[in-house]
Amino acid sequence: MRVASALLISAVASGCSGNQSALDPHGAPAIHMEHLIIGIVAICTVIWVVVMVMLGVALLRGPRAAADTAKSEAWLAMTVVAAVAATVIIIAGLTIASFYTTRDIGVPKSDALTITVRGQQWWWQVFYAGADATPGFQTANEIHIPIGTDVHLRLESADVIHSFWVPSLAGKQDLVPGRSNSMLLRAEKPGVYRGQCAEFCGLQHSHMAIMVVAEAPADYDRWAASQRGDATMPADPDAAAGRGAFLAKPCAACHTIRGTAANGTTGPDLTHIGSRLTIAAGLAETTRGSLAAWIADPQTLKPGNNMPMVPLTSAELQNISAYMESLK
Amino acid sequence: MTGRDSTDSRDTGFNDGELDHRLASVWSTPPGLWGALSSVDHKIIGRRYISTAFVFLALGGLLALLMRLQLAQPEARFIGPDRYNQIFTVHGTNMMFLFAVPVMQAMAVYLVPLMVGTRNIAFPRLNAFSYWMYLAGGLLLWIAFVLDTGPDIGWFAYVPLSGPQYAAGKRADIWAQMITFTEVSALAVAVEIVVTVFKQRAPGMSLDRIPLFVWSMLVTSFLVILAMPAIMIASTSLILDRLVETHLFNPAEGGDVLLWQHLFWFFGHPEVYIIFLPAVGMVSTIVATFTRRPVFGYLAMVMALIATGVLAFGLWVHHMFVAGLPRLGESFFTASSMAIAVPAGLQIFCWLATMWAGKPIFKTPFLFVIGFMVTFVVGGLTGVMVASVPFDTQVHDTYFVVAHFHYVLVGGAVFPLLGAIYYWFPKLTGRMMSETVGRWVFGLIFAGFNLTFFPMHILGLRGMPRRVYTYQPEMPWSALNLFISLSASILALGFLLFFIDVIRSARSGAAASSNPWGASTLEWATSSPPPPYNFARLPVIGSLEALSDQSTALPVATGLRVDRRELLVSSVVEAIPEARESSAGDSIWPLWAALATTATLIWSIFTPWAVVWGSIPVAIALIGWFWPKGVPEDES
Amino acid sequence: MKDSATLDLTDLPSHGLGTASVSWWGTLAFMLIEGTGFALSIVVYLYLMSLAPHWPLDAAPPDLLAGTILTALLIASLVPNIFLARWARSQDLLKVRIGLIVMSLLGMAPLILRVFEFPAMHIKWDQNAYGSIVWVMLGLHTTHILTDLVETLVLTCLMFSRHGDNARRYGDVSDNTMYWNFVVATWLPMYACLYWVPRL
Ligand code: HEA
Ligand code: HEA
Ligand code: HEC
Ligand code: CUA
Ligand SMILES: [Cu+2]
Repeated sequence: MRVASALLISAVASGCSGNQSALDPHGAPAIHMEHLIIGIVAICTVIWVVVMVMLGVALLRGPRAAADTAKSEAWLAMTVVAAVAATVIIIAGLTIASFYTTRDIGVPKSDALTITVRGQQWWWQVFYAGADATPGFQTANEIHIPIGTDVHLRLESADVIHSFWVPSLAGKQDLVPGRSNSMLLRAEKPGVYRGQCAEFCGLQHSHMAIMVVAEAPADYDRWAASQRGDATMPADPDAAAGRGAFLAKPCAACHTIRGTAANGTTGPDLTHIGSRLTIAAGLAETTRGSLAAWIADPQTLKPGNNMPMVPLTSAELQNISAYMESLK
Repeated sequence: MTGRDSTDSRDTGFNDGELDHRLASVWSTPPGLWGALSSVDHKIIGRRYISTAFVFLALGGLLALLMRLQLAQPEARFIGPDRYNQIFTVHGTNMMFLFAVPVMQAMAVYLVPLMVGTRNIAFPRLNAFSYWMYLAGGLLLWIAFVLDTGPDIGWFAYVPLSGPQYAAGKRADIWAQMITFTEVSALAVAVEIVVTVFKQRAPGMSLDRIPLFVWSMLVTSFLVILAMPAIMIASTSLILDRLVETHLFNPAEGGDVLLWQHLFWFFGHPEVYIIFLPAVGMVSTIVATFTRRPVFGYLAMVMALIATGVLAFGLWVHHMFVAGLPRLGESFFTASSMAIAVPAGLQIFCWLATMWAGKPIFKTPFLFVIGFMVTFVVGGLTGVMVASVPFDTQVHDTYFVVAHFHYVLVGGAVFPLLGAIYYWFPKLTGRMMSETVGRWVFGLIFAGFNLTFFPMHILGLRGMPRRVYTYQPEMPWSALNLFISLSASILALGFLLFFIDVIRSARSGAAASSNPWGASTLEWATSSPPPPYNFARLPVIGSLEALSDQSTALPVATGLRVDRRELLVSSVVEAIPEARESSAGDSIWPLWAALATTATLIWSIFTPWAVVWGSIPVAIALIGWFWPKGVPEDES
Repeated sequence: MKDSATLDLTDLPSHGLGTASVSWWGTLAFMLIEGTGFALSIVVYLYLMSLAPHWPLDAAPPDLLAGTILTALLIASLVPNIFLARWARSQDLLKVRIGLIVMSLLGMAPLILRVFEFPAMHIKWDQNAYGSIVWVMLGLHTTHILTDLVETLVLTCLMFSRHGDNARRYGDVSDNTMYWNFVVATWLPMYACLYWVPRL
């Protein structure tokens, strides 16, 4: 166990972040939103300052005339009416501005690249639809998209409500059981954009991150092609032994590794786990060490998650981790 | 059977001392435990209600400190996810259902009868019952929490996380049943307030002479009456889904998970104005007293209250902007949410005008009002921001929203409430609170509050979701979180000092005169604290400012009986006297009824048959409550 | 400050009736609360219907017989109820006693019919959301009949006791009749919703 936590600390400390900020937008929807956010915040700041100035003056202004009441009351009434009128105009403006922003963001077109994201407690199941010739494939906790194109996300849930949110690319949208929501995702330039489940979904809501990797279309195509393929037999003898152990242990009951007998569906598809940036929904960077730490004791690293601790000898652990890492 | 029985005795025949004596013997709560348990005096119950609510504030605040301790550094292992989820759920639930709503109603229970010039609240026994139910609901939640079975589903308990499939055990049932308790008590008080304001106003207090605080409580009570049934349907349905396998929220069998959100927020949004409108009434009262003039634009203020109350029912979808509803509908809710800024702004501008034209006196209650103006406008403006759909899709469920609602809840409601406590403390206890300590309390709370909550806006925009028990070190949030947690200790210190001041002043504060602030509403026309019968002779109202002319005698009405609890019923609009009416005497039955109801409700978490068997003792208690005892109050 | 008596209340009645009574207003307020609850339950019904591919879900529309007789009975009960209200207003003890007995019986009869209404729905509460909402609505309304019945029975006993002949009691009786009108009135939209909407 000590090994596991030492490994965890090193893994976590070096963890990878990526952008996760509405104020650092890199996709058209998020850029539109940032403009709106800055605009509204600026207007509201001005309103606040004006009100505070009025408050200060009202409280601190000099000696007050004794009783020229009728006239000053009328003047006050005029001012109040004017301020209310200004309020009406401003909120009408803000409403229209937010309406136009919604329109500018738009909705995904039907022919756009469609990715289905299914929320699970507490990880993301991802399906890339196939076309006529090419089959689709499944992955988890990481989405790759080509830059400069609209991507259509179909959002569903396997259990409770989750919310898909990658602030640097777009606003959030809930994944609601029994319903299918859609949203438009788009990145303007290559990069890793981090997101995090935004709707409280139980014990590990805090550790339900997702990585969006935006890359040039050619890179994206290469990635998709490699993901489509089955896992290959590892050359490294440790990893090959790990493959055997993995299939012999309960792992295979929960995980799928295409090209092997493992076809469980409780946990994430591990066919190309070694190619992902992080494991366990952003918990740690994918290294052999962090994989070992995770497999050795998932419940300490992510208390309450749905993967049990499977008793393994240390050799088995080493081998399985090597195998996992080899699944590029 | 009208009037002049030869046997009854009237107040006309007595001098002041004798009258006080007679009235006291009829209206006083007997000493001792039994007396305390059976009292139906709105002042005793009101004080009890207020104190209990403040205990819940302190407890909820301590939970907040625990959360801040855990969040002060990334990946802290101080509190685990299970406990943390219970903590924020109980913090939110406690603050909303056991502190904010009840404390506002409690202030009304104490003040409204005094402010409208009557001797007790309408349905005094219901009032006692309401308090016991409230206490039982609070105990249920907190005992469960202490036993590690506190609800862990968030204060709005979204299904399916709170449903039979994903919330095993009794935690979610405890949440839902606690809702039932607070619902019952809140509805009871709302009915009492409405009827007290409609029918028990002092003669001459026509609608346009009702103090603004009373107006705000009237509107609030209507909001309670129209909004609470939604949460009643929702929580009952949740219990049914969990207990007897109905499928109202189960999409696999034709139910719908968003139905829960619609029902919850149809209540939940008005709920925030149920908290805020009473605070508005308090602000108006304090502003009038400490600027030495009536609030500018009485009619406008009343219209703003009513407009807010009406609009409150058209906004609930703004809590569901990212749930996947049609975009066109959402735009409508953007517009309606923003429209709330108009009545809110109108009120702000009227207070500013009052301050402009008046002569401000910077006593502690007024300081809290100034603090309110500064912070509430921030919170209101962030409310306008999140009302915009595209804006909200970025900040929904992040610390930006946490910042918004603490600004409006603490800045917009707790600040006025603290001001109100400083203001009405002399009436509540007969003693003054310390002005010096009060300034410190204000300073610490004001500074601590802003330092704690302002940075949360930035955290939210920089991607930090709410309801996370921890965050990873590589996220750029650690420094701000540490800052927030440290600032929260300043805030806590302010509250601690407040509690100390309250306890100290209640025991040994300077004695208060009947009207220490020179205020103009009726509660100041009687002694501090008021006698059990409130007014020896009911005041007669000739203008909006009941006590404005303090040189002349207070006009009063005479002719009420002094051998039974008697008060005056007057007409709704003009407050023309219609009848003398008896007011129920002390009774232990409300307590029995509350105990029977409590047993039934808690038992029903385990089996639906509890409702069948439990209804028997409840019915017995209610019959005991209403069955005439042959006392003068039962006659006509 | 000194008091100056400017208004004499001596000649006012010592108990208000009708709109001058606080309990009348209290009853009204509780009706508002419960009416909102009923309305919301109908909204939930229609909401679930709007989401369903077909309605009712996996069940035939309810049989009309029991529900329709009950509706007719409830409407008919308004006649003695209105008379009872009138007698209570004129404080006629004998007639009020008779009226209360009649209304007690008329409170029990619908409960018997209600027993047949649940099976007439052709669905149980735990089968699907349609069954759930139907049972919830029927249950909600049944509780109201039941509570009003208990109240009527207690009042009947009271009117036969020494506390009976008293303006306050007559006021209670008339508030009770008002509440029964409410129980009947709220049933009509529920009846339409439960029995006829599935046939549209
Ligand atoms: C006292 C409580 C209170 C009050 C008064 C308010 C007031 C407002 N709230 Fe807030 N709100 C909450 C309590 C409150 N709220 C809570 C508890 C939640 C979160 C629940 C949860 O998720 O846990 C919430 C969440 C919430 C949301 C959902 C956010 C989300 O979950 O993503 C929204 C969205 O529209 C919103 C909007 C508003 C608006 C428009 C107002 C308006 O009433 C504000 C109006 C006031 C002003 C605008 C300032 C004064 C006006 C002027 C000075 C005039 C000039 C102004 C202009 C020209 C704009 N609130
Ligand atoms: C009126 C309502 C109210 C009030 C007053 C507060 C007060 C505070 N709240 Fe709370 N809060 C909510 C309503 C409220 N909150 C709600 C509705 C939620 C959402 C819950 C959910 O998501 O489900 C929430 C959530 C919430 C969160 C987000 C949790 C999360 O999403 O993970 C945080 C985090 O910092 C927080 C902090 C605080 C703090 C620091 C205070 C401070 O202001 C507290 C200051 C008070 C004290 C520190 C007490 C001092 C007392 C003493 C020192 C003891 C003296 C004792 C005696 C004399 C007996 N609150
Ligand atoms: C009972 C089911 C179950 C068993 C058995 C199980 N897992 Fe898992 N596994 C899960 C679940 C569920 C997750 C997702 C956890 C999370 O992130 O919340 C997971 C996650 C993982 C991940 C990270 C995947 C990713 O996409 O980041 C790896 C690697 C992994 N498991 C390997 C293993 C190995 C190796 C074994 C056997 C020793 C094993 N699992 C046994 C259910 C299981
Ligand atoms: Cu998934 Cu939060
Ligand atoms: Cu709202």
